[in-house]
Amino acid sequence: MELIGKTKIDFIGMRNISFMISGVIALVGIIAIIQISRGAANMGIDFSGGTGLQIKFAKPFTTDEIRKALADNGIKEVELQEIKEGNQLLIKMRKSTAPVGKIAETIEQDFKKALPGNSFTIESTTEIGPSIGDKLRKDTLIAVALSLFCIILYIAWRFDFKFGIGATVATLHDVLAILAVFFVMNKEVNLLLITAVLTVAGYSLTDTVVVFDRIRENLKKNAKDSMKNVFNASINEVLSRTIVTSLTVFMAATSLWLMGGEVIHDFAFALVVGVAVGTYSSIFVASPVVVILEERAKS
Amino acid sequence: MSKGLTWRIGLIVLFLVGSFIYLIPTLAGGKLPSWWGGLLPKDKIHLGLDLQGGTHLVLEVDTPKAVEGKLDLIITDLEDTLNSKTIRFKQIVKGGSDRIAVTLYDKMSADTVAKLLKEKYPQLELAAPVDEGGFYAVSLRMGEKEQQDTRDKAVAQALETIRNRIDQFGVSEPVIQREGIDHIVVQLPGIKDPKRAIELIGKTARLEFKLVDEGANPAPGMPVPPEDERLTEKKVDAATGAVTEIPLVLKRKTLITGDLLTDAQVRIDSQYNQPYVAIEFNSLGAKLFDQVTAANVGKRFAIVLDNAIYSAPVIRERISGGSAQISGSFTEKEAADLAIVLRAGALPAPVKIIQNVTVGPSLGQDSINKGLMAGLIGVILVVIFMTIYYKLSGLIANVGMVLNIIYLMGALAALGATLTLPGIAAIVLLIGMSVDSNVLIFERIREELRLGKTAKAAVDAGYDKAFLTIMDSHVTTLITAAVLFQFGTGPVKGFAVSLSLGIIINLFTSLLGTRVIYDFILGRTHVKNLSI
Repeated sequence: MELIGKTKIDFIGMRNISFMISGVIALVGIIAIIQISRGAANMGIDFSGGTGLQIKFAKPFTTDEIRKALADNGIKEVELQEIKEGNQLLIKMRKSTAPVGKIAETIEQDFKKALPGNSFTIESTTEIGPSIGDKLRKDTLIAVALSLFCIILYIAWRFDFKFGIGATVATLHDVLAILAVFFVMNKEVNLLLITAVLTVAGYSLTDTVVVFDRIRENLKKNAKDSMKNVFNASINEVLSRTIVTSLTVFMAATSLWLMGGEVIHDFAFALVVGVAVGTYSSIFVASPVVVILEERAKS
Repeated sequence: MSKGLTWRIGLIVLFLVGSFIYLIPTLAGGKLPSWWGGLLPKDKIHLGLDLQGGTHLVLEVDTPKAVEGKLDLIITDLEDTLNSKTIRFKQIVKGGSDRIAVTLYDKMSADTVAKLLKEKYPQLELAAPVDEGGFYAVSLRMGEKEQQDTRDKAVAQALETIRNRIDQFGVSEPVIQREGIDHIVVQLPGIKDPKRAIELIGKTARLEFKLVDEGANPAPGMPVPPEDERLTEKKVDAATGAVTEIPLVLKRKTLITGDLLTDAQVRIDSQYNQPYVAIEFNSLGAKLFDQVTAANVGKRFAIVLDNAIYSAPVIRERISGGSAQISGSFTEKEAADLAIVLRAGALPAPVKIIQNVTVGPSLGQDSINKGLMAGLIGVILVVIFMTIYYKLSGLIANVGMVLNIIYLMGALAALGATLTLPGIAAIVLLIGMSVDSNVLIFERIREELRLGKTAKAAVDAGYDKAFLTIMDSHVTTLITAAVLFQFGTGPVKGFAVSLSLGIIINLFTSLLGTRVIYDFILGRTHVKNLSI
């Protein structure tokens, strides 16, 4: 079976449109990064410090009664999220001043008093002191920078400098796109998201490498043809494998997203977005950037 | 059989058997047959705390306090030495965080003290006596290196003490390790009562015996003499649970410390049915206790733990023999925990819990179930897709994928790696990634077939030409996995381990594993049309 037969799509010719779309995505991504570094985005408590609780109630509850129970005991700045399945509740408090170990206990006692008829179990507790959050943020920045740098180095060594730039731009684009989506949807930025982002950064290069390999092969074969034609022909030749490889990973990531449970729901979602964006960028971002660089070098 | 087909098949089977042997303890779920022993592996795949439930703590040791504590010890020691040598001194005080100042009345004793200090504390920096308007001050300073040494030892000692406490508390397979300069990471898998464990670990447990200053007014707000301090005793009414706080003024000087204990055990008071902790002193402690009680009959003797008074009984008679008891209003559990911390010893400096991640066992099990379900659905989707898209060749890729997952699980078990929820996610992701290499190869083969090559030639060319592309794509993923492993903690590390192992194994299964099947079929039968 073949999903896509022989195609002759002028991918490089579409660069004006694709660059515009990618430009907007990247811009939102950059805003997201600025907001994240300012701590203004929806930060997970692993980065901001604070307390998170996952509680499973025996009976349905309303967030209003929870909010009231907490407010009565002086806990006001709190985010509540209901998980429909199994009467579960996520409580998140950032930048708490109380020492680690105390808040969870306080909340437990509050609920016992305020919701006498509804027994509950605490499924998980996460308490992170501010110093840990700071360290983690710094470590994460180093990790992201280091892995991107290593990838660039590898691509630049395996191909040549212009391809290295093309691959880097595409990878950065993917990273920004995931952050942009999370920022716009106001989803939580936590360590798992960063893990997903780095995984996508590594994976999305697979598609780019497949395209670049073919371009390099074709450039050797027919040196006379114009850059644009060689690139277009190469992308069209490998189009079906680019899509099929992404599709298999997309399937796996989607089943994680939909079936993997609450804890890794957002993580898997980031992977799904990343795989989709990564496929797009290897065709519409990486290759056109190299074409532009090559054309500039010639003229 | 040609081109080393035999040894390639042999290798695949060998790895497969190896993986199963390593996986058997996991699959058997702890019920290994009796003949399973000797060199055969017994370890199950380790589950991360997020999957099996448990508590992950990061403690910060307040190391400056350890330096202060050491200076305090020197001051007490110095006071005793000067008193025993009948050298009169005005005061010995801590100046700042790293200095001790001894103030004396005349130049001669200042010189004597300076000489004494030089001999006794060569590791400290001594400043020559200075005239301070009639008084002579000699100061000792703890140098940067010595401070660092003290801090370092404090963390190491805290680690040992915490390990002792946890061992006595009884947690299976705890992880206790140092991280960075002053952090200690404690992992308690499957712990039932995390709150109690946290309290046990976090307690400094500095036990001190001090005399009550009967002359001072203990009421809050009243002035306290400089050589005294006001602490409170908490009394809990067993019937009502009401807490009363009784302030007491104690002599600041510590007469006996918990270092001199040899044992601590919980006993039940037969008269009141109240638990108490019976303690035993070593010979020095017993001697001191004997002296102190002999000299202070009729006075109250306070037992202070971490600056809170447990009890302050009246000394009725001289107590020799070196045993005493700590009573107070505590439950049996609290008494048991107190005995543990007293046996394990005090922490050299207070610790602060800066991170606590606790996952209940049901959430962990839920995560495992959902992760497995997601994996199963992922496998089914990919298998169906590959079979439809590449027909028989798709089946070959599916065999490679299943091999990939089995090898990965076997490798995780063999290496004693820890499987976390993101690790499961990595495995699910690998289901998709592992067929990718074969997709690249198959597409190449299709191209070669279109060029009119025979099935055998097309397969050979497909594998050869796709090789570099596959290498490149694997290396880039491996780079990020390595960085994640280096910087990630806990769950993220588990992700990196599963991902990088899976990627490496995938090179083997997709390049060698699936090729063997082709070579086997193409070598035995004459295939005209490749099912691809």
